[in-house]
Amino acid sequence: MLHTFVALVEDKPGVLSRVSLLFRRLNVNIYSLSVGRSERVGTSRMTIIAEASATASHRIAASLYKLENVISVEDVGEQATVNRELALIKVAATPQTRSHIFELVEVFRARIVDLAKESLMIELTGVESKIEGLIQVLEESGDEVLEVARTGRMVMRRGKHGSRVLGAMRLADAGDAPREPGTLDEGEPTEHRFND
Amino acid sequence: MSDPRHDKTVENQKAEASKAEATDRAGDQLPNPYQDPQMGLSTHGDALADYQPSTHPAAEVEHAVEAHQPISLTGAEIVWATLEGEGVREVFGYPGGAILPVYDALRKFPIKHILVRHEQGATHMADGYARASGRVGVAIATSGPGATNMVTGLATAMLDSIPIVCITGQVSSKVLGSDAFQEVDITGVTLPITKHNYLVTKAEDIAPVLREAFAVAQAGRPGPVLVDITKDAQQATASFDFAAAAPAARRPHPMLSASYDSITDAATLIRAAKRPVILSGHGVIKAKATEQVLTLSERLQIPVATTLLGLGGYPASHPLALGMMGMHGESWVNDAIQKSDLLIACGMRFDDRVTGTLATYAPHAKKIHIEIDPAEINKNVKADVALIGDLREVLELLLPHIYQSNAPAESAWLREINESKGESAVRDIRNLPDLGHLYAAHVMHDLWRVTEGNAIVATDVGQHQMWEAQYYRHEHPRTLITSGGLGTMGFALPAGIGAKVACPDREVWVIAGDGGFQMTACELSTIAQEQLDINIAVINNGYLGMVRQWQEFFYEKNYASSPILSPDFVKLAEAHGIAGATVRSRSEVDAAMTQARTTRGPFLINFLVEKEESVYPMIPAGAALHEMIRRPAAGPDPMLESSEDL
Ligand SMILES: Cc1ncc(C[n+]2csc(CCOP(=O)(O)OP(=O)(O)O)c2C)c(N)n1
Ligand SMILES: [Mg+2]
Repeated sequence: MLHTFVALVEDKPGVLSRVSLLFRRLNVNIYSLSVGRSERVGTSRMTIIAEASATASHRIAASLYKLENVISVEDVGEQATVNRELALIKVAATPQTRSHIFELVEVFRARIVDLAKESLMIELTGVESKIEGLIQVLEESGDEVLEVARTGRMVMRRGKHGSRVLGAMRLADAGDAPREPGTLDEGEPTEHRFND
Repeated sequence: MSDPRHDKTVENQKAEASKAEATDRAGDQLPNPYQDPQMGLSTHGDALADYQPSTHPAAEVEHAVEAHQPISLTGAEIVWATLEGEGVREVFGYPGGAILPVYDALRKFPIKHILVRHEQGATHMADGYARASGRVGVAIATSGPGATNMVTGLATAMLDSIPIVCITGQVSSKVLGSDAFQEVDITGVTLPITKHNYLVTKAEDIAPVLREAFAVAQAGRPGPVLVDITKDAQQATASFDFAAAAPAARRPHPMLSASYDSITDAATLIRAAKRPVILSGHGVIKAKATEQVLTLSERLQIPVATTLLGLGGYPASHPLALGMMGMHGESWVNDAIQKSDLLIACGMRFDDRVTGTLATYAPHAKKIHIEIDPAEINKNVKADVALIGDLREVLELLLPHIYQSNAPAESAWLREINESKGESAVRDIRNLPDLGHLYAAHVMHDLWRVTEGNAIVATDVGQHQMWEAQYYRHEHPRTLITSGGLGTMGFALPAGIGAKVACPDREVWVIAGDGGFQMTACELSTIAQEQLDINIAVINNGYLGMVRQWQEFFYEKNYASSPILSPDFVKLAEAHGIAGATVRSRSEVDAAMTQARTTRGPFLINFLVEKEESVYPMIPAGAALHEMIRRPAAGPDPMLESSEDL
């Protein structure tokens, strides 16, 4: 099955290779991985989708956490999240043949971001099935898809919730680090859920 | 060695010289060495010429380090000043071009450098040093081949979770990635076999990174850390402030699960158990939890089985001590585990050498797993209750829930185990006559008797390692130093050196097979140079014995490449100025051991033991714990072993 891990990592050389090496060692295939700067200075947030058995999740998260550059890890598989992926799709189309593509773009709430003599480029944001849906429809209507670039899935938990690690780090900064095992607070329950 | 600390003459001469030019051309752009005529490609052939020590005399440096005052030093000096600040007194290493600035700077610092004969030896020495003392071991090497020679030692320390810090020189940051002379991407190479590693390219980063390396090596589940320092970082100058370089507080662990509920769950399981067994692992020694495990076992009369690396964590002479579990564990130990209804695993990781095939492992037992590394939980064996955290802290939380009154008045369980012990005794080689042969098992037993179980013993890998584990009874933590996880032949001699350097007042014995001894025998020369009082027992059976045993049991006695010819080890020792003796029969054992113990300085005994003897019992790899090959009851003489038993 697919597992989704969201990791806050230090923004330093070599961190990505440490993370990817871990998946290689566990012989786990990375289905998609997206990385970018996070809200905290000096850190990046990674969304890693990996294909592994149902029971592998704990071990992967625990092993990720063993990496010195990983600040926190969450397996968000069970939680309410927003999932998004951005795709750029280049399709062969001449001025004569492109009008029906405009219609498709409309239906998918995508945008045309480039028009050339023999091609056009579509920008589409959404869950993976939506992106795959558009590509499929394009192919089925006889359009030649020339190029596809996808960011991979980005995932964020809904609502406000505390990270146990970051919460504890704030406490530690304030000078009273929680030493009792198991006393790190669990994070508040999700308050608001909107349907996708 | 002469005292390098106050070498004033050299110091004053160099004081005139200008400070090292700040070669630190840090920038985000990677310069191209082929386009910059000034950079050149010579990376460290000119080592001594281009390094200038700081102008501070040694006494001033020492004072600044002690008083924690900021002082301007070269990167090379910062390396030593930081080590000194971390409490390091001895390091093991081997010089070379890319690390020469560091070696040049050593004379200002009160740290003893032990010159090894191979960098693998330096890593094993640092490892043995750490295992014997609990302090971080430090090894130093140059770039390229020096660094790659450390790979085996790093992997050995990684698999046994040993805190060592390895420092390597690296080519100048300007030529990183250009295949410069002796350039190897050692942080890349060692990524999977270090707990963490660092590449340092600026002098000002050396102190904070080294301090963090010490913290990482020791924190949580310990492990080896490598710090690769470019030559220009060693040569540049920076302000050194030990206190300011302290690592940030460790991030708290989010997976600590020894909550009140799980503690009481564990206590309930323990109180209800009829046939409990404590599995005592390496973690007991690392977490200094011997006392807590003793209390737990004694309060409820729970028998204790030990892993190979856990030996010494629970006193072997204790009535509740069962002995070693696993592939070469005694039959009653593995039987007890198989029949148990509750395993309390303390600081161990259910390695395949301990469990045999998982499908049939302890089928009736619930499992409580107390472990510091969350990644070990449910990895091999599913835990009914997992208590993640420092073993000692967790046991301290657990013990108040366990009362003496929960102990059975007379334990049928202990009686049952004792009966199977008695049944095994007839097969115990200690109780069998030697019939004129010299058995390695007897040698181990005799060594235990002669040293009264008080020596630090460093063993190599193979049959002798298992016999030592079976017949040398370890009473105290940190008295057995052996490579368990990686099973690294060649470990014993350098690890024993490290142990002796860490604990100069302790009696240290190195026990190695004729095969493994030859893998790192060059370190005899290190022993001679340092005049270390180490006793060495070579268990000479003319074979790569453990390989021969597997060939005997599983490859129809096809002894392919397992017979090994060796030099006369006593002559080899003599060539190093080390005294020695050869022992051929059991009657000579005591005298030789006494001679070794009373000789000041090193001594080597070449034990010519029975060639085709096997370690019993044995659970074949992948078999169930109860499917063991046992020593034929007839006698230890291989001639008398009946083949039906195999
Ligand atoms: C570096 C290394 N190479 C190979 C092995 C595989 N191996 C395990 S035990 C053994 C034989 C050891 O022979 P010896 O040192 O003579 O000890 P003995 O078993 O005879 O006591 C070998 C080759 C190993 N563990 N380590
Ligand atoms: Mg041998």
